[in-house]
Amino acid sequence: MSTLEIKDLHVSIDTEQGNVPILNGVTLTINTGETHAIMGPNGSGKSTLASTIAGHPRYKVDSGTITLDGEDVLSMSVDERARAGLFLAMQYPVEVPGVTMTNFLRTAKTALDGEAPSLRHWTKDVKTAMAQLRIDADFAQRNVNEGFSGGEKKRVEILQLELFRPKFAILDETDSGLDVDALKVVSEGVNREHAKGEMGTLLITHYTRILRYIKPDFVHVFVAGRIAEQGGPELADRLEDEGYDRFTAQVEA
Amino acid sequence: MADTTQISPDTTSEGERTELGRSADKARIGAPSGTVDTRAVIDGFTEEGESLPGGDDGVEQLGFKKHSHGNAPVIPEASRGERRRSFDLADFPALTGLEEDWRFTPLKRLRGLHTDALTGAAPAVAVTGAGNVTVETVSRDDARLGSTATPEDRVSAAAWNSFTEATVITIPRETVADGEVMVGVTGTSPAAAAQHVLIRAEAFSKAVVVLDHTGSVTLAQNVEIMVGDGAELTVVSVQEWDDDAVHVSSQQAKVGRDARYKHVVVSLGGDLVRLTPSSIFTAPGAEVEMYGLYFADAGQHLEQRLLVDHAVPNCKSRVTYKGALQGQDAHTVWVGDVLIRKAAEGTDTYETNRNLILTDGARSDSVPNLEIETGLIEGAGHASATGRFDDEHLFYLMARGIPEKAARRLVVRGFLTEVIQQIKVPALEERLSESVERELAAGNL
Repeated sequence: MSTLEIKDLHVSIDTEQGNVPILNGVTLTINTGETHAIMGPNGSGKSTLASTIAGHPRYKVDSGTITLDGEDVLSMSVDERARAGLFLAMQYPVEVPGVTMTNFLRTAKTALDGEAPSLRHWTKDVKTAMAQLRIDADFAQRNVNEGFSGGEKKRVEILQLELFRPKFAILDETDSGLDVDALKVVSEGVNREHAKGEMGTLLITHYTRILRYIKPDFVHVFVAGRIAEQGGPELADRLEDEGYDRFTAQVEA
Repeated sequence: MADTTQISPDTTSEGERTELGRSADKARIGAPSGTVDTRAVIDGFTEEGESLPGGDDGVEQLGFKKHSHGNAPVIPEASRGERRRSFDLADFPALTGLEEDWRFTPLKRLRGLHTDALTGAAPAVAVTGAGNVTVETVSRDDARLGSTATPEDRVSAAAWNSFTEATVITIPRETVADGEVMVGVTGTSPAAAAQHVLIRAEAFSKAVVVLDHTGSVTLAQNVEIMVGDGAELTVVSVQEWDDDAVHVSSQQAKVGRDARYKHVVVSLGGDLVRLTPSSIFTAPGAEVEMYGLYFADAGQHLEQRLLVDHAVPNCKSRVTYKGALQGQDAHTVWVGDVLIRKAAEGTDTYETNRNLILTDGARSDSVPNLEIETGLIEGAGHASATGRFDDEHLFYLMARGIPEKAARRLVVRGFLTEVIQQIKVPALEERLSESVERELAAGNL
């Protein structure tokens, strides 16, 4: 069992207008087997939390800690975090021209495991995972994310999740831009991996609809860079009925 | 990518006048339809037509800097279309280095190509690979020579006046070459020499011709390329010269009706390599793709100056050049001139140049130029970006556990492979991929 612990995290970015604080003291603990949903209006800092955990250089941690089983995540480089077991399914996966999916997946798997995967098993695993996510086989020979639709890019993120088997998966608005069918396929992928009982999931979303397919154990409402309210799955139902107005109104007042 | 000038099509109906204005920040024809006003507006455009400055309007993003136009004083030319063309060397004054088309070239390193008599032995030519293609060695009075291309600069004119015999490769009418035509050009002498090659793809023929340059030379070269009506021709020019080679090559193509022409430059070796590939449309309906890959090491000067001349209606062109640089005083130059003449209605063109600087001390110049003399076109645009690395690519790969060094190599390989993939000659693609690997390894990346 593993634990990802975020304590009183303050994060800012440098802009032309100066330093802008985005996260104002986030505290959150996720254990293996748990699914946490972070919900909130646009601009509340949800994606900043995801990118900060993964180590994107744009985000500056001003104070607070992130630890994985007691190890200091903030002192790790981006690739070290991934090798420690953190996986970020990106909101906007970039296109990497010239690097084929096959080459990329094998290179990443080799880096994550510290050894090259057995070719026979690996090829079969990739094929199976692609079929389950309804990704065309010819994607393997295409360049990473190049010319993929928004939905295809998200499926490829979940493909990586299933192949890389992280300790903690952070899904940054994986549901946005997906139609109902794609949303189901993607959710099934996350659920398959989660069901193995070796992963904790942090699900960041603007909408409640993905929570019909991925059941959260905990729901946290994010407003103005901190957690404004938390509870069980029932909180998501309430948000679906009431929207975020109640929380944003509090902040404005 | 950063720094793009986009000209999008508009629904201007025939006979409608193109409105000319200076208000827009970007060179742009028209806005998406939806407004009643369908008049096109191009920044910097006058009634007579005027050249656009080639994008000073870019923004920097992801660490990519917008392209520079150099700081040297320059002798301007009114239009790329008005550049002098002549077989007479006396029509081209001695070079000073201030000329627009020579301002980036270190003349001192030309080893006399621009000043001396080109009397050295021309590099050996060996043509192999296709049985149904005609290969001739002809004397300089063969009437076909000079019928397609006319020199546009002093070195090209000097080469025209100095070669003794020429190689003529003909893909006969309606013939599909039964293999890739490999033209081995092997230099064995550093004495300044001239060479002439004529490639004739007759009507409805189909072929891939590879000019494979190796060895040591000081060479002024003209490659004339005739692409007949309906022909489909790929010409690949590979420069894997020895370290001391100096190579100045004009590679002019005239492209016939409904023809498909692809030109690929791969410059890896040599001290100074300066290529001027051009594609001149002579009849409607043709398509041209021009690709380039160059990888400059410490001290190397690799220059390419392109011209796409849209002189007739309804032709399409795409230009993609990519370069990598590493080491002290590695220098690359890319100048892409696209000319859309008054008659070239329905033109669709886009050119891109991207450079990746891998170490300190390297310099990359990139100058896209777009001249438009008619507003009745499908689309015209260019993009140029030069940067160290795309940080977002790097982040994505590192977030999957790939260490920074390995991620950089993967990205650089990927960056250049895109162009290699265009060659479509597997054995050559493999050889060039290996050459790029060697270059990467030499740079300790």
